[in-house]
Amino acid sequence: MSTMETILVLTHVDDSGAALTKASLETVTAGVELSQRMGATLAIGILGRDAQAAASAVAAAGARLLAVEGEAFVQARYASDAAGCEALCRAAGASIVLAPGSARLVRVAAGVAHRLGGFIDTHITAIAGAGSIEVTRWFYRQRVEAVISRDARPWFLLLDAGTHAAYAGEPAAAQVEAVAVALPPLRTVVEGFRSPMLDAQTIRPDARLLFVAGAGWTKKQPDGQTHVAKAGEEILAFLRLSGASLGSSKSLADQKAEGGDEQPVLPFLTHLNQIGQTGSTPRHAKGLSTCCHGEEPHAVGWRFIGERRAISLDANCGWTRGKADVVYVADAFEVMARVNALLEARTA
Amino acid sequence: MSDPIALHIVVCAGIVPDPLQTLEPVSGPTGPGLKNEMVLPAVLDPWAGCALYEAARLAASVAGSKVWLVSLGPKAKLQQVMMTVGQKAAFELVPIDGPIGGFTDAHATAAALAEAIAALPGLDRERLLLFGGWESATRGAGVTLQLVGERLGIADQFQGVDQIAVREDGSFEVLERVEGGKHQVSVCAGAPAVLGWATGNLAEPRNNPQTGMQNMRSMMPALQKAKAVKLEANGLRYVSASLPKQQRETRVEKNMAPDAIACELVEWMAAE
Repeated sequence: MSTMETILVLTHVDDSGAALTKASLETVTAGVELSQRMGATLAIGILGRDAQAAASAVAAAGARLLAVEGEAFVQARYASDAAGCEALCRAAGASIVLAPGSARLVRVAAGVAHRLGGFIDTHITAIAGAGSIEVTRWFYRQRVEAVISRDARPWFLLLDAGTHAAYAGEPAAAQVEAVAVALPPLRTVVEGFRSPMLDAQTIRPDARLLFVAGAGWTKKQPDGQTHVAKAGEEILAFLRLSGASLGSSKSLADQKAEGGDEQPVLPFLTHLNQIGQTGSTPRHAKGLSTCCHGEEPHAVGWRFIGERRAISLDANCGWTRGKADVVYVADAFEVMARVNALLEARTA
Repeated sequence: MSDPIALHIVVCAGIVPDPLQTLEPVSGPTGPGLKNEMVLPAVLDPWAGCALYEAARLAASVAGSKVWLVSLGPKAKLQQVMMTVGQKAAFELVPIDGPIGGFTDAHATAAALAEAIAALPGLDRERLLLFGGWESATRGAGVTLQLVGERLGIADQFQGVDQIAVREDGSFEVLERVEGGKHQVSVCAGAPAVLGWATGNLAEPRNNPQTGMQNMRSMMPALQKAKAVKLEANGLRYVSASLPKQQRETRVEKNMAPDAIACELVEWMAAE
């Protein structure tokens, strides 16, 4: 049985308040592709302070444009965002709702699906199927890949970032329908953002390279001593010179500094850096792993990295064999010091 | 009489295969499952574990507070895991006897959890903080807690939480993970609220046999009386479930000098 679907792409504005986020534009691409393939009606819903301005970027998509805007939607807050998204979905009469898996929409999408009597699946990495929609997602922390489908509607699908190209239609004047929202009492105030790092911001989602530091950086070196301070200097220098994003193994992120306090052994490292089974699975074009070791369950942080290289003293390490393109059996302290020197020279 | 801001903290936490186990999906009559799923060693879901330890810390810091642990899984498996978990934090176990695994539908799981929480004797919904992991290590969807919150009518929800600081007036500050390695800072007027925890800031507590004995008194009777539930599929259909097959041809360089490696890496990084 095939019925005409109405697809709504839920989007939201970025920190400027007047432009769509990259993840939103990626979801617009997915929506345009799916609607064309299924012959479905497409609508784009925009949530944010100045949705009208943001709409110009997607005017060329040929979709019905709906917006919920105003001061209440400057802040990413459950009560207001859920009410706004619910209003957009009802206005669109959507049977399929696509949304980016951003922190803002991840926080509310399931609640909105429930309010509409619908269902939700998240972390979608691919959308296929012609007669019916079949989507791909991972289970067991990126260890099992499954293709699923649902007959129930409305069906909400949250897309992982980086799975589609960002929509890049010509900006144009857009006809946007304003959707009214009845806000519930708001008991939460968003006060701003806080970076846990004391000095440099080491998590850079848009970087081409992911640099992964493992626990080997804090182990005893050939001279019988640990050189944690030196390790920190080399890693930070590399991040500064290369613009790479920093990922960490769990074993390194869990390590605390000597003295029994809660300070991480490398002061710029937090659990936000952690990749793998209980951390994030970032998407970058390239990845360089250093001083990591472990078997398959620990290597899931690699799953969405394009080209992978590793520096390890263990040529047979399960982290690298069959998972990396190249493994250099070498001392990471020595190699990274020379890499930093080369990058420094190039910068100069 | 309890403190005016005493909290009733309900932690939703599932059990998952030990992360070090090899997992292999197999087809069953009701959809995919894991090979030898019932004999795989199980542990408390890691992020939900963080939520439990944060709940115990918070309850200990606010007089009159109480922690419930609501867990859905096969009764025998729950008993096995709780023997260890029960030594790490003080709580009252609310077991729900149901299927294990990540291939069940989150909406059905949420309905079972919400029903159990709504029926908790002595729970004051105005003091309720609903805790859990922001994602599970099985389904990893990050939606169950949100759905439970909606079913319980809670309109203040936070996900990817790393910190909560309760103030004297009962309001609290929450740090939630957002993009770019930052935290969003929010202040909520007070309970009720939903907090889906990331790692938080606490280390896993050491086993405390006294806490274990205390928990065990109520745990065993609760396990014996655990209500059995059947989870609906809600139209969810699995087309396939498989292990990723991608295996790379790894070039192993055993004898390159550090200078040569550095040159090669810098060239590789610069290449488009």
